Parts: sequence; C-alpha cells; structure tokens
Amino acid sequence: MRKLHVTAELNGEAVEFLCEPRQTLLEVLRDVLDHTGTKEGCATGDCGACSVLLDDRVVCSCLVLAPEVEGRKLQTVEGLADGDHLHPLQRKFLEHAALQCGICTPGFLVAAKALLDRNPDPSEAEVRYHLAGNLCRCTGYDKIVRAVLDAAAEMRG
Amino acid sequence: MSEGNGTGREFRVVGTRPIRHDGIDKVTGRARYGADIHLPGMLQGKVLRSPHAHARIVSIDVSEAAALAGVKAIVTGADLPEVRSSEEQSGESVTNARDLSANVLARDKVLYHGHAVAAVAATSAAVAEEALEKIRVEYEGLPPVLSVLDAMRDEAPILHPHLRTRGGEKSDRPTNVASVTVFERGDLEKGFAEAAEIVERTFDTAMVHQGYIEPHNAVAQVNPDGQATVWCSTQGSFEVRKLCAQILEMPLSRLRVVPAEIGGGFGGKTTIYLEPLAVMLAARSGHPVKLVMSRSDVLRATGPTSGSHIRMKMGATKGGRICAVDAWLAYEAGAFPGSPVMMGAMCLMGPFDVDHLRIRAYDVVVNRPKTAAYRAPGATNAAFASETVADELARRLGIDPFEFRLKNAAQEGTATAAGPKLRRVGCVELVEAARACAHAKAPLERTDGPRRRGRGFATGFWFNAGLQSSAVISLHPDGTASLVTGSPDIGGTRTSCAMIAAEELGLAALEVRPVVADTDSIGYTDVTGGSRVTMATGLAVYEAAQDVKRQLCERAARTWKVEPDQVRFEDGRVVPLTSGPEPLPLASLAKASAKTGGPIVGRATVNAQRANGPSFAGLLVDVEVDTETGRVDVTRCTVFQDAGRAIHPAYVEGQMQGGSAQGIGWALNEEYVYDEAGRLLNDGFLDYRMPVTLDLPMIEPVIIEVPNPGHPYGVRGVGEASIVPPPAAVANAIADATGVRMTTLPMSPPRVLAALREAGWRPSSSPQPSVA
Repeated sequence: MRKLHVTAELNGEAVEFLCEPRQTLLEVLRDVLDHTGTKEGCATGDCGACSVLLDDRVVCSCLVLAPEVEGRKLQTVEGLADGDHLHPLQRKFLEHAALQCGICTPGFLVAAKALLDRNPDPSEAEVRYHLAGNLCRCTGYDKIVRAVLDAAAEMRG
Repeated sequence: MSEGNGTGREFRVVGTRPIRHDGIDKVTGRARYGADIHLPGMLQGKVLRSPHAHARIVSIDVSEAAALAGVKAIVTGADLPEVRSSEEQSGESVTNARDLSANVLARDKVLYHGHAVAAVAATSAAVAEEALEKIRVEYEGLPPVLSVLDAMRDEAPILHPHLRTRGGEKSDRPTNVASVTVFERGDLEKGFAEAAEIVERTFDTAMVHQGYIEPHNAVAQVNPDGQATVWCSTQGSFEVRKLCAQILEMPLSRLRVVPAEIGGGFGGKTTIYLEPLAVMLAARSGHPVKLVMSRSDVLRATGPTSGSHIRMKMGATKGGRICAVDAWLAYEAGAFPGSPVMMGAMCLMGPFDVDHLRIRAYDVVVNRPKTAAYRAPGATNAAFASETVADELARRLGIDPFEFRLKNAAQEGTATAAGPKLRRVGCVELVEAARACAHAKAPLERTDGPRRRGRGFATGFWFNAGLQSSAVISLHPDGTASLVTGSPDIGGTRTSCAMIAAEELGLAALEVRPVVADTDSIGYTDVTGGSRVTMATGLAVYEAAQDVKRQLCERAARTWKVEPDQVRFEDGRVVPLTSGPEPLPLASLAKASAKTGGPIVGRATVNAQRANGPSFAGLLVDVEVDTETGRVDVTRCTVFQDAGRAIHPAYVEGQMQGGSAQGIGWALNEEYVYDEAGRLLNDGFLDYRMPVTLDLPMIEPVIIEVPNPGHPYGVRGVGEASIVPPPAAVANAIADATGVRMTTLPMSPPRVLAALREAGWRPSSSPQPSVA
C-alpha cells in the first residue's frame, strides 16, 4: 500500500514520517517514531494508557489515525520533563508512590498535565472526573489523585 | 547483627519511604516493557482463536495462509510435541504439562471461546492478521457447559473424556469434576446442637479477570544452534523457562528468559500463553518474532479467576462463639482442572477459630478459559460467603460485628482448616485497630430518602508463600552496591529488597542499585506471587548481606592482622573488638578490595518455606445504596492489614489500596458475561467494567505490624490479603443500609434492585420495609 507522508510537531521538534492510511497515531509513535513511552492497553479507547496531547487536548492515540496529525502539535510522556528537570507531576508521582507497575503512568501524567494546564487549582472531584478515562489496576487511584493535587499546589507556588 | 523478628531493633532504612529506583524510568516513558522490545529483522505474530466454546476440530488447512506474501511461519497444535500428563508444583499452583500444552494450542477440541488454534508470523501485523483469515478450520460443534452446577449434572456434556474425579468415589465414568477435597474436624452435629442461631445461605460469584493494563506479550529469538531467548512480561522468568521447556521438549539450558518490565500481573502472569508460540515461530522462520495480545485476547483466553457456587451453614452460641461450620464450595476451573477451590476452602474460615467444621471443595471444568492465579486465589469467593454469614449471625445475636470477630479471632495456636496451627498472627490486633479507628467511630448519617447509607466490615486471610529465591550483592569501589535478584518487580519490590541490603550494610537506600536479572544471570527464583518477594527474596537479600559483612570482617581482620572473630560489622563499618586501629568503613574496604583478596560479592539462596507468615486484612466501608436504581457507591473506605513489618510503607499501602480497589470492582461491577453458546460478550474494557477514579473514594490504609516470627525483620507478605474482604464488607454495608442480604456477585444495579424489590422495597414515596 502506498504510504502517506506526514509532518507534525512532536514534543517541540519537527518530525516527519511515512505511514499507511490505516495506521493509528499510537502505532506510528511506538513503531515508527520509536516513542514507546506511550502504551497500548486496549486499542479501543477505554483505558487511556495511550493518552497524548494533540494540540493541547488529551486524546487516545489508539483512536487517532496517524495521517490526521498532519501539521499539528503532539506531546507525549517523553516531552514532559525539561531536560534533567522532571515535571512537577512526574516528581509528585514518585514522591507519593503513585505508580506500581507503571504501565498506566505515562497516560495519567499526560492527562493530568492537560488538566493542570487548564485548571491550576482543581478539586479532588475535578481531578477524579478528568482522570476517569485512565485505568489503573494497581493503586486504587488514591495516591495518583493525591499526587496530582500536590503537584497542582506546588505549581501554584 | 539482629536476631529474631526485628522486635526492638532500631531501623535506619526500613520503614522510610525512599523514591523507587525504577521510578524515573517509569515517569519518563523510558522503562522497557515487553511490547517495547524491538529486534532487527523481527516479525509480528498473531494467534487464531476459536469462535466456539466447545467444538471438535475436524481439520485445519493453512495452505492459503502460508501462500500469502510476507507470511514466514505458521504453527498449529499438530506442531507441538505430545507431552505426557504430568503434574508438577510450579510456584504456588500445580501445572499439568499436557493440559498446559493443549491450552497453548488446541489439539482435537477447542474448549472455550478464544482458545488458541493456530499462530502466524509475518512481516507485519496487518499481514499476519490477513493470514489468520485465510486459515480454514472446520469445526464440529459440541454443546458447551458454562456453570459449575450444570457441569456437575449427570447428563452434562463432558470436556475431557479421560477425566476422573480425584479424591472422590472411585468410578470409571467420565466427569467434569476434577477433584473433591474435604476438610473435616470435630463433630458437626454436636457443634450445631450448641448453636443459638444458625444462618444458612447459598452464594454465587461471577468469573472475573485480573485486569492488568498491559496485555501479554513475548518476543523470541532462536539461534541456528537451538539456543533460544525469550523476552516477556512475566511474574516468573524461571517459571516461563520451565514450562516452555516442558511443552516444547527442549532442554532447560537452551532457553534464556529475560523478564521485561511488567505492566501488572496479579497472579495472571504466572503461566505461559504466547511464549512457546514465539519460540516455535522464531525457530521456523529464522527471525525474531514478537506476539502481543489484544485486550479481547486477554479477556477471552487468559487468567480469569473462578466463578463459584457456595453453600454455607454457620452456627453460633448465645455468647457469640462460632460453634459449627458446614460449607460446600464448587469453583469453575475453566477448560482444564486447577481452580483455586482448595485454597478457598483453606481460607474460608481463616480469620476464625472453629472447633467443628466440614468444608467440601469441588474443582469443576467448564467451557471457559483456564483460570489462573488472581491475588489470594480462591479466598475472596469464600470470604464473601463466610464473612457475610458471620456478620448476619452477629447481628441476629445482637453482638457488635467487631466484638463477634474478636470472640472468634484466629490467633497463635488456632488450627487452620487443613490442620497446621498458626504461629503468631495479627488478626486480633487488626480487628481491634479497625474498631478503634476514626472511620469506625465517625457517626454514619442515615437518611430516610431513596439513598440509604450503611457501614460494613469484613476480614480476610491469606497464607502467603515462601518458596525459593536467590540474591547477589556486589560492592563497588565507590562504596555503593548492586543487588541482583530474579524477582520481576510489579509493585516496588526492587526498592524494598534494596532497602533490606542498605539496612544491613549501612548504606542509603539509593546507594544500592537493584537489578532484576534473566534466568542465566541469577540463581533459581520462584514467581513474584504469593506475596512472597519482599519476604522471601528479601530474606535472600538479608542473607547475602550477611555474606558481604562476613567478607568485610575478613578483609579488615586481614588488614589489621588479627583473627576475623576479633572484629565485628557495625553501622556500615568494621570495628575491632579490642581497642586499637580506627574502624574501617565499608567504602574503604570496598575500594581496597583488590589488595585484600579481590572483589567483594555476597550471595545467598533460600527456600523460605519456614520463614513464611500469613497475613490478615480487613476492610471497613460506608456505602450509599440508591434504592430506586440499585446502584451502590462506596463513600468511605479504610483498609487494614498485618504487614508484619512494613519495609517501604508507601508501597505496602499501595498493595492494600490496590487490592481493595480490585475487590470493590469484584463486589460491584466486574463479571464475565457469556451468551448461551458460550461466547464471551464483554471482551473489552468498555463492558468489562473495572473501577475508574470516579467509582472509588480515597482508600485510607492502616498498617498493623505484628512481626512474623519466621523472618529476621518480621516481614509478612502484603500483596494479596487486601482483596479478600471487599465483596463481603460491601455486602455487609448494603445489609446495614437496607436490611437486604446480597448473595450474588457482582452486586450490580440490576441485582441489587431485584433483591430490594424482593424484600419489599418500592419506588420512592411508598412506605419502605424497616431495616433490621
């Protein structure tokens, strides 16, 4: 099948890639662009492990066709830290032990960043509502919600 | 050096909350999970699965698929060696090699919807999928049997013509009952005669899945000399090696298994599915092959735990002593024998001391996926019955449920169902802590509206496992250490093990770098399961650290030209027993090791069976029951567990919270839904509904520490017991709110509503029945 040429911005860098029209953004991130931090848990948009930011909005990259990102801005877990400096969310996830197996963590971090970018002072209910599309089977969410609230507090200063 | 179980010892590292060593990799996306592994020239594999629950395979024609451009190898059941039926203890469970082989690829029959029939390796996943569509399988349909009660009927369709009941009456008649186990003690008749109250109820629980977010995966590479390497997501790399070697009839030494980071397991990743297929396809194609399951594959064909049917009769005296228990348990094994029913039977009355009991346990095959271990396997089903009946007995007798449990609590010397007596355990301390906690003391605001509030408590017991582990500690010239174990890390055990090494050697937690090694790089280590890693691998680490300390003492003694018994290791340095030279810190000895005999490497291996210590958990929940819809919300939740000693309290809490969340999902939502033909209808996360953030409140953890007498720090395993109480605790809270006793899992809105209606609850504004 003839491949499509796509250009986009990934974590602040210009990227271009070739993909089949049927390939998802998740497949291209992982298999073509070697960004394996974004995970596949279901491929049906139910678990949120593949969450990325597309023009600053959280999307399940398993539900986005790769050609759709032409000319758009993508952010993945690999782009959260600023060089050696972890994003406050990443630090707070570590401090609060908000991860066990870690497979859902990239999706949660990306989804939480989207929340804090828009709402710097969310309530517990708002955090829970915003993260309801991300499944975690290890933690019972308690420490994740606390980590996000604590990161928000720190970022507000 | 410490003796005993750590009582009175002042810990420096143990009990603190350092950042986990693998944390940065996991928050930056750098951690390499099985599906992230990519090798040059790698092919993608896919598995063809049965659309039928029960059918004879008449023929399989792969010729058209094989002719497709890009297809490099195809395997079917005919390509697997015919291995003998042989049972072997593997980790916590028993595996029959013939059954395992037939589960990996069906032979003459498919036994469940999703049973693997063939596997293809091709140049891309799309080509492999196209090839699956071109494999022609002719089936001859057979009637499926889906529930234990149906499967136990005389006229039931038979899954395995060769199967005879083990432990049952001798008979040559084919059956679906794989085994019967009976635990009996005392005199039932005498016991029940003492009863002031007797409660008898029947329970049904649905099949549920572990629900790890990472699907199973495997990458295999086979060299021309037959040497194979498998990278996979597993809780036990040595287990994968043994089971693959067994069913592929290859020498163990030809297979190296490299555990990738693992995205959750909960018991479900202690067996093999894709690994042998990857090896076969790699051997045939001459290329590395990667296989990754879809979520539908995971739900249809891997690990669920048993649905069950339980009859429970329990009597108690006027004073609140449980005087007799008669229980009957039948668990779905799935397509091959091996449900956790015996463990369920052994845990059923775990938190209680009972003189007269009989527990009969039936392992029953049905046309559903072969069950695999799931967190305290078997115990949650059983506790749903025993802990709700105990609660009902307490209420009928007018005794506070905490008080009732304390009157009957298991303690040192209590005989377990199977006979052996408990050593020191923390059941009493746990119930006392629950009764005294802020949640239990807080008033529950009851309302008369359609939303009724209630509070419930339940306990749970799990044995934990000891088994075998190995550990190696190497000192570096800069005075830090590396720690190698063979225990895949699911919930932070790398860090808890490193903390034990750090505690012993006088280092900081982050000065010990833990590594999880492959099967060629460390001694044999059993699965990460049975809540055993921090306890048993931790024990190997503790012993390896003693080995390091012995060597450090020898080196210092050599330096000072004294006998080794003239020095001792203390606070990270070797000190002379008599006055003389300045103490030598570990770092100096490590740096100078070339001059004193070479590198300093400590090692230890253990079989930790004697060190094992069982754990108790408890859950206190407040619920709100919408009596108009049947929806139940958990509004407050406190979990209690006896950890023996919490090495890294944050990750102990994490286990307690995670087990509680899974248990609440099991209680309220999760279930396998089959149609009459035995096809799984909810094979995705949309319809197999696990708890999300909105379904749960904060989960308050209360760690109890009653040291395990068998372990140098007093550690008990913490990974499992917390999943045992939730369904019973939620049911007890629903009963408190509405007076209605739920006996079916999940307690989903339609079931709760039906139970409320049956008890006389009406849509709002009509008068409601009084709550007992």
